Amino acid sequence: MSQTLALIVVVPMLGAAVAALLPAGRLPWLLATAVSWYMLAAAAMLAGQAMDLGVLSYAMGNWEPPFGIEYRLDPANALLALLISGLAAVVLPFAGRSLASEVPEEKSPYLYGALLLFLCGQMGIAVSGDAFNIFVFLEISSLATYTLIALGRDRRALTASFSYLIMGTVGATFFLIGVGLLYAMTGTLNMADLALRIPEVAASRTVHTAYAFIVVGVCLKLALFPLHLWLPNAYTYAPSAVTALMAATATKVAIYLLIRFIYSVFGADFSFGEMPTVYLLVPLAVVGLLSTSVVAIGQDKIKRMLAYSSVAQIGYMVLGIGMASATGLTAALLHLFNHALMKGALFMALGCIAIRFGTSRLEVFRGLGRRMPWTMAAFVAGGLSLIGVPLTVGFISKWYLVLAAIELGWWPIVAVIIVGSLLAVVYIWRVVEVAYLQTADDMSRCEAPLSLLVPTWVLILANFWFGIDTRLTIGIAERAAAMLSGLTP
Amino acid sequence: MSLFAHYNYHLAIILAMIGFYTMISRSNLVKKVIGLNVFQVSVFILFISIGVHEDGTVPILREGYEIYSNPLPHVLILTAIVVGIAVTAVALALVVRIREEYGTVEEDQVQAQDEEPGPT
Repeated sequence: MSQTLALIVVVPMLGAAVAALLPAGRLPWLLATAVSWYMLAAAAMLAGQAMDLGVLSYAMGNWEPPFGIEYRLDPANALLALLISGLAAVVLPFAGRSLASEVPEEKSPYLYGALLLFLCGQMGIAVSGDAFNIFVFLEISSLATYTLIALGRDRRALTASFSYLIMGTVGATFFLIGVGLLYAMTGTLNMADLALRIPEVAASRTVHTAYAFIVVGVCLKLALFPLHLWLPNAYTYAPSAVTALMAATATKVAIYLLIRFIYSVFGADFSFGEMPTVYLLVPLAVVGLLSTSVVAIGQDKIKRMLAYSSVAQIGYMVLGIGMASATGLTAALLHLFNHALMKGALFMALGCIAIRFGTSRLEVFRGLGRRMPWTMAAFVAGGLSLIGVPLTVGFISKWYLVLAAIELGWWPIVAVIIVGSLLAVVYIWRVVEVAYLQTADDMSRCEAPLSLLVPTWVLILANFWFGIDTRLTIGIAERAAAMLSGLTP
Repeated sequence: MSLFAHYNYHLAIILAMIGFYTMISRSNLVKKVIGLNVFQVSVFILFISIGVHEDGTVPILREGYEIYSNPLPHVLILTAIVVGIAVTAVALALVVRIREEYGTVEEDQVQAQDEEPGPT
């Protein structure tokens, strides 16, 4: 049996300890980058196997599941593992130069140690098949995130990190309560085993309560409106590369957890038949999507604007989950992957601007279309993808979401999706207008260094690649959706 | 069923609400951390009490004893306690840093300082 499924979590965990012991300078960064590339290679190999075999299983310490901890990879996790490791492999080369300009050098061993712990936690959630193990990984990645946010230059990063810590811990503890109640009813923590045993006790009040606690706890982590209050500040004040990585992966992992629990642990019959999940998720997604898009328009810090836009985009994913159909779930999984590509690229473009100007306020964008042509071109391309223009990934996932809504006959939802996209046009256009149509006093060229531009453009090209050649993403997403929901597309 | 049949759950709920209320109502950041701790401890008690079996003994195989308490929730909570300590440590470290930067640990005063136009 291959050990890769365990190593993909263990290597970043050990790497974190090693990175913290290395001397300050470039070495910790080199180690972190090497680990992230290893993770990508391992994830690609595992995803290939998972697509061939259906499910990969690894018994930790050779304890038979469901008694021991099982690591389990199926197409849904495989998509997520590819996403986490792929984004890490692109963002970490970018992080070297970007973080060096934003965080004092003597902190670099701890900085990259925390980054690797964050990756370890995220990957652990993705591949673990044990509900309690997921709680532990959730806390590992969250604790790493709190420290990473607190490294931001602005002192408000500290308060942002503190309020995220309070809300994040409450969310994780809610999740733990839910897991405890499930254990009390079924006597198991293995998620595949839980899925088999929950139907026997589904009518009990305890299982209903467990469901409520888990859904609310996870929704706090994924920043579903109105539980998103921690997110804008955390994204705004964290160092640029950290924001890019967090925006691309952290909330996505929580979305995956929500999908996993709603569809495969509790099962679609329970979640949508026994519990009023549709009436909870869909209205919140719609209100969140529209209101946070409107709030995004009014922001004069572009990083904050994109943070609000992230909350809006999470609305699309939750909308797809709440539709309770195979197409809706496919759309949610696709948007999960695609949104990571576009938000990663957009936040990296902001990182390029931050290295020159140290801020992302709207006024520094004046004349940037000519001063930093490549950076601004990347921003515009990412913005187009965010809006959902054809040939970009944003179009693919919104197209599937609209299809899913039409399938159900939810015409008002179709209108909401289109209005949401138009609001995205407005807030992206504000930046484009300032950058290309206004001029600054100083029009000298100040393009970002290549070490930042290349990773940014890799992600931008990925936005177009996966927008044109959709076989990989749609193939995995459709299989994952069919398997999770038990419905055929 | 008597009122106290599920007293362990009642206790956990009361503790959780005390912790929650402290987190929401206090503006002192250290008190918020204490509230968070009380909230987490309530969950630990919930878990541990799930494993208890009436008339059960400690889970060590021995002749003459048939009924054991379930040790698994206890082991889980050992892990959760470690997680809780780590969270508390990070939270307190953040409070120390906030105190260094702002000179206060009161949330309303911190917010008041942020609203003044400062360096961005």
